[in-house]
Amino acid sequence: MGPVLLVSIQVDLHDQLALSLQDDLTNAITTHGSKGVLIDISALSVVDSFMGRMLANIAGIARVLDAVTVVVGMQPAVAITLVELGLSLEGVRTALNIEKGITMLRAAVAHRDGPLHVMGDADDAD
Amino acid sequence: MDHTRARSGVRDLHPSAGLRHPGGQPAGIGRGANSRQPSDPVPEINTSRLDTILDQRFDELLAAWIVEQLQDFRRGQISESDLRAQCAELLQAVRRALSEGGTTNIASQPWAAARDLLTRVSSQRAQQGFAPSETATFVLSLKRPLFDALRREANDADTLATDVWTVTEVLDRLALFTTEAYLRSREDLITRQQEDMLELSTPVVKLWDGVLALPMIGTLDSSRTQIVMESLLERIVETGADVAILDITGVPTVDTLTAQHLLKTVTAARLMGAECIISGIRPQIAQTIVHLGVDLGDVVTKATLADAFKLALSRIGLSVGRARPATTQAPAAARASSD
Repeated sequence: MGPVLLVSIQVDLHDQLALSLQDDLTNAITTHGSKGVLIDISALSVVDSFMGRMLANIAGIARVLDAVTVVVGMQPAVAITLVELGLSLEGVRTALNIEKGITMLRAAVAHRDGPLHVMGDADDAD
Repeated sequence: MDHTRARSGVRDLHPSAGLRHPGGQPAGIGRGANSRQPSDPVPEINTSRLDTILDQRFDELLAAWIVEQLQDFRRGQISESDLRAQCAELLQAVRRALSEGGTTNIASQPWAAARDLLTRVSSQRAQQGFAPSETATFVLSLKRPLFDALRREANDADTLATDVWTVTEVLDRLALFTTEAYLRSREDLITRQQEDMLELSTPVVKLWDGVLALPMIGTLDSSRTQIVMESLLERIVETGADVAILDITGVPTVDTLTAQHLLKTVTAARLMGAECIISGIRPQIAQTIVHLGVDLGDVVTKATLADAFKLALSRIGLSVGRARPATTQAPAAARASSD
């Protein structure tokens, strides 16, 4: 998706998988020069403190590499668990679904370095 | 000799007998293996003497009892005819229980009618707002008339002492049972009200497309917060809301724990991609929050729900404007504005 990377987590991440995702994503941001990362965790039903920290780490790494991270599609149970674990994911942007996430990314990047064209210019009409 | 045996027999019946649940275990459970049989002769003699007195002096006792109660009753809570009917029924039940069972163990079968009546009277009085002591007095006030009657009948001090003990025992157990029934009905009431309150006090209302409001009423404890949080998050998913307003006008006090619960809710909503605004902060509560050193972080707070709603609308890119002059304005003013 050009300047935006979409990561959709479809399986329950065990620790090793999470670490390799972090590696892959870091490399992908640098090779594509991405301005935004969208992480869809709508299929994630189980979350632990490691997972929470990993999301925060990815956001931190992306920020260092000049990309905005938005986590979308968190389920209510996951949100409550994270709060009870004391992980509020400070510094990570969140949105309800992919659509809103894209809008948010676009706004955030536009605010930073001018308009961003995602998914072709036809979208700019709306 | 008679006397001492009577006392030991009486004591033997004692453990928890008066504290049994109605329709609970039959008499005898909970007693030691080497304890007396229910056919212990001594209490039977005593109760039969009591039974005779109840039989012969029933009306006299009833009248004296009612007079006793009317003396210290608050008027208007219960009608005299109701009281009379309850007293007659209970005295009748006691008499029947004594003549049938010949035992002072009120957990036993012959006392079922008396127990039912007392349960009914207690729960009725609990609903009418009687104090527990007043409810127990219903039974305990029978003591003086009964003691008077016994004194008149008694021939020697020994018999009188034994009989007085028997009466005291029965009535004390009945009074304990009454108090317990009273408490039970009160507890039922409290439990029911608590459940009602939990259901009532956690509505999530949609104010506009993309704007939810959560008017919180009552004290915020952890179980309430859990329910509030869950229903809010579910509604966020359902409606796709961008902004949620937590209105705490109805929360009586805010302490560090309440603030922590609020912040948890705000954080959880933020993780779902919705922004939270806290509104309805009264002046005293604002002072408390600052004095307690509670850090609300970067959560936006507003004094009133209206202010919060205005902010919420601007966050989703809407604004409220006047489409035409308000209808309350005078025609002259309307004309002036159209010029």
